[in-house]
Amino acid sequence: MARMATTRRVMISTAAAWLFGFLIFFPILWMGLASFKTELEAFAIPPSFLFFHWTTENYATVQERSDYLHHAMNSIIIAGGSTLIALLIAIPAAWSMAFSPTKRTKDILLWMLSTKMMPPVGVLVPIYLIYKSFGLLDSRIGLVFILCLGNLPIVIWMLFTYFKEIPRDILEAARMDGATIGRELVYVLTPMAIPGLASTLLLNLILAWNEAFWTLNLSTSSAAPLTTFIASYSSPEGLFWAKLSAASTLAIAPILVLGWFSQKQLVRGLTFGAVK
Amino acid sequence: MGQITLQGVQKSFGPVHIIKGADLDIADGSFVVFVGPSGCGKTTLLRLIAGLGDVSGGKILIDGKNVVDTPPAKRGLSMVFQSYALYPHMSVRGNIGFGLKMAGLPKEEINRKVEAAAATLNLTSYLDRKPRELSGGQRQRVAIGRAIVREPKAFLFDEPLSNLDAALRVQMRIEVTRLQKQLGTTAIYVTHDQVEAMTMADKIVVLNGGKIEQYGSPLELYERPANLFVAGFIGSPKMNFVTGENALQRGAATIGVRPEHLKIERDGASGWQGTIAVAEHLGSDTFLYVDAGALGMLTARYIGELSLHAGDRVSLMPDPARIHRFDESGNALRG
Repeated sequence: MARMATTRRVMISTAAAWLFGFLIFFPILWMGLASFKTELEAFAIPPSFLFFHWTTENYATVQERSDYLHHAMNSIIIAGGSTLIALLIAIPAAWSMAFSPTKRTKDILLWMLSTKMMPPVGVLVPIYLIYKSFGLLDSRIGLVFILCLGNLPIVIWMLFTYFKEIPRDILEAARMDGATIGRELVYVLTPMAIPGLASTLLLNLILAWNEAFWTLNLSTSSAAPLTTFIASYSSPEGLFWAKLSAASTLAIAPILVLGWFSQKQLVRGLTFGAVK
Repeated sequence: MGQITLQGVQKSFGPVHIIKGADLDIADGSFVVFVGPSGCGKTTLLRLIAGLGDVSGGKILIDGKNVVDTPPAKRGLSMVFQSYALYPHMSVRGNIGFGLKMAGLPKEEINRKVEAAAATLNLTSYLDRKPRELSGGQRQRVAIGRAIVREPKAFLFDEPLSNLDAALRVQMRIEVTRLQKQLGTTAIYVTHDQVEAMTMADKIVVLNGGKIEQYGSPLELYERPANLFVAGFIGSPKMNFVTGENALQRGAATIGVRPEHLKIERDGASGWQGTIAVAEHLGSDTFLYVDAGALGMLTARYIGELSLHAGDRVSLMPDPARIHRFDESGNALRG
């Protein structure tokens, strides 16, 4: 009896998990489907789920009207560049705060995080004007810079928590074992920090890839990443659902693939410290 | 060789003096236990010897050579940490051999030594596992393996058994003691558990508030405690202390009698009278907690079973030869 009850419970919770997963995934699925419909079918009521006239013409149009590869390249440079620079700054910062904290370390961390509480729109005008005077508008460097600064507090926080997790005893054991600082770094610290570095890198890459506020406001064409590319399909002449869907699908495809292959790292990164 | 001498070793963090001048002579091959309540400075003192902290004053001599400016690895000591501090990404083999690898030994020699150490500790079949795949006791043995493989002048143990459950702790206690005797290497062992100290040590250092209260063999400490602190800290249950008239009669400010040196008499007329508050019957021992009025609570121990219960009146007769006398400042009076 007890066994049957358990089996039933497992079945119910499995079904519930699938249903919930499907609900969350549905918008992405719908977007993917809509991208293969004609503009008319895309907002037809009642909507057709699978039985419609499948077409790839939206993708062709999108590619013809705006250069996907150009925007994708911008996205890669901006997201990748800002992530790498943020890591370069954050690793030593988090390192020193985790391993030689001072009285003010906690305050500094909180202060850095507090900058994320401010709505970015509050500083849009000054930053826009500064960018204008320095000729950074619609430049990749400008976007790399602003996204790097925007995500830096989160990167530092994540790395700080990872480094904090590395027990001091292990570093001391390595010192007792005769490891010099350099060898301690190579043989002990880096291998232990790699999972943390990897999930920080991934998460930050996704954040930077999806960032829409600054990229939309500070770029128009030559530095415009995929977010701008999508936005260009919601025009004053009306929404082109099918084309918008095709553009969006193209825009999220790379990051979706990346996320799929790094699920394990990502989950660890997101739940880190929550369960011990 | 592994003779360790401390001369006036001091350590302060800012205005706080953690170690207030420690002098100690540890003979080669002996097993010395640092014991004391938490915050007494025992771990700090061990870390100073290891080189993981800098002394604020004094000398640490290893085989006659002052090592205060020598980095930890060059002191020829190895340490077993409370948390084991194993390298999580390395196999047992990698963990045990890491020190040898850092010393630049050839691969075959490392393997030979690691396998020999693993055999001593019954770890041979676990050599290719990662620390997370081992039980607590096995991890502890790996940590010990990492220490012995380098053939150090001395082992430093920082509360190595405190993360193990009670049964395993007793077993590992015996294993560590046996191993140390077998290797004949000097060992310094930090613990807050006085039973561990009494059972493992050749000599015990009792620390309190950054000061060495007494240094001697376990039985010396038990039989001739230098002061009230040592008298109260060593021995379980704790020594009974009595002040006032009873003490003055014997020319002391305080007298102390261990629970096992009180003769228990039912309804006796002589000795210290009291009522049993709690009686603990362990079969092998009986512990009585007696409310003796003005004398306070007294603990008495009887070897074997004694059918006395809460509420019974008893009298407790101290063994005159086993009364410890202390002066006003708490130091033992002899003679």
